Amino acid sequence: MTDDHSETAPEIMKVSVWRGGPGGGGFSDYDVPRQPSQTILDVVTWIQRNAEPKLTYRFACRVGMCGSCAMMVNGRPRWTCRTHVRKVLDQGRIEIAPLRNLPVIKDLAADMTEFFRKWTRAEGHFHPTKTRDDGIVPVKPDDPRRLAASAGIECINCAVCYAACDVVEGNKDYLGPAALNRAWTLINDERDGGRLARLKAVSQSGGCHSCHSQAGCAEHCPNELNPTLSIAGLKQATFKAALKGEI
Amino acid sequence: MNLRLYIWQRISAMVMAPLVLAHLAGMIYAIQGGLSAAEILSRTQGNPWWGAFYGLFVLAVSIHAAIGLRVIAGEHSNLSRGALDVLMWAFGLASLGLGLRAVVAVVGI
Repeated sequence: MTDDHSETAPEIMKVSVWRGGPGGGGFSDYDVPRQPSQTILDVVTWIQRNAEPKLTYRFACRVGMCGSCAMMVNGRPRWTCRTHVRKVLDQGRIEIAPLRNLPVIKDLAADMTEFFRKWTRAEGHFHPTKTRDDGIVPVKPDDPRRLAASAGIECINCAVCYAACDVVEGNKDYLGPAALNRAWTLINDERDGGRLARLKAVSQSGGCHSCHSQAGCAEHCPNELNPTLSIAGLKQATFKAALKGEI
Repeated sequence: MNLRLYIWQRISAMVMAPLVLAHLAGMIYAIQGGLSAAEILSRTQGNPWWGAFYGLFVLAVSIHAAIGLRVIAGEHSNLSRGALDVLMWAFGLASLGLGLRAVVAVVGI
């Protein structure tokens, strides 16, 4: 089916959009016309252009590459640009809210500062070991470490996993699935020289050992990554390093 | 939870796993023939192996449960790390004390 605007679908849908700021807010209702192949981002854009010009939200690429348009749609974190209305329309209604577990800047725009700060805390940056004068390090595509890194490398920092994580909700110190997944990909990077520093960083209070393996991150990741598996790898690696006295 | 607590919790879990199975198997075996409490105690009293078995069990449970409780309390309250540590130690030592008291009663050392 190419046209999702089926004959049984209502012409107008009721859309509840959270509006407010750091001090609080609530849902406002809008009547939005259905359109063929309509995404949630299309709905939010329609509301801003036609009903509520002051509505604030964030987006960039519109094609699921930049990770900036994630919001809560009917209570689940999703990329709004890749979520079709027909998939989530519930009895002619849709509820759209800012991402869970993050402070709100305004309306649907969540403050990502803490999310990215935790990437830094988890040593989520590359530690180079070579100079431009050194040769290229050979990396075999079928090497187990490369396969482990590749399994988690497609993360685009959308924070859907962070919003889905119940541990983040209960423990504000927790680094979260995305930062730990990033740490795991770097641990498995042949060229990286920050292994021990990274293992120490993810072993602090709020690190990988706080994960309950509920797999909400893996369930909701739009890229179908499995941060829970990455975190399990970190737990194992830190355990072994501790037994060896490395950290 | 940090790495140190994680290691303690995982090691205590590894210790507990076979002990739980042996405990369940022992319970099922003991009631098959309709043993009374007095008959069971007559077999455990003065037996150092049962003392070691349940002594180790109680130690592992006290460590494991106290750390787990610390995590749950931390996620559902605003207690500071220091307060959580106090709670963990208090619960762990209380569990250990009560458990060892029961072991002494069963083994009769």
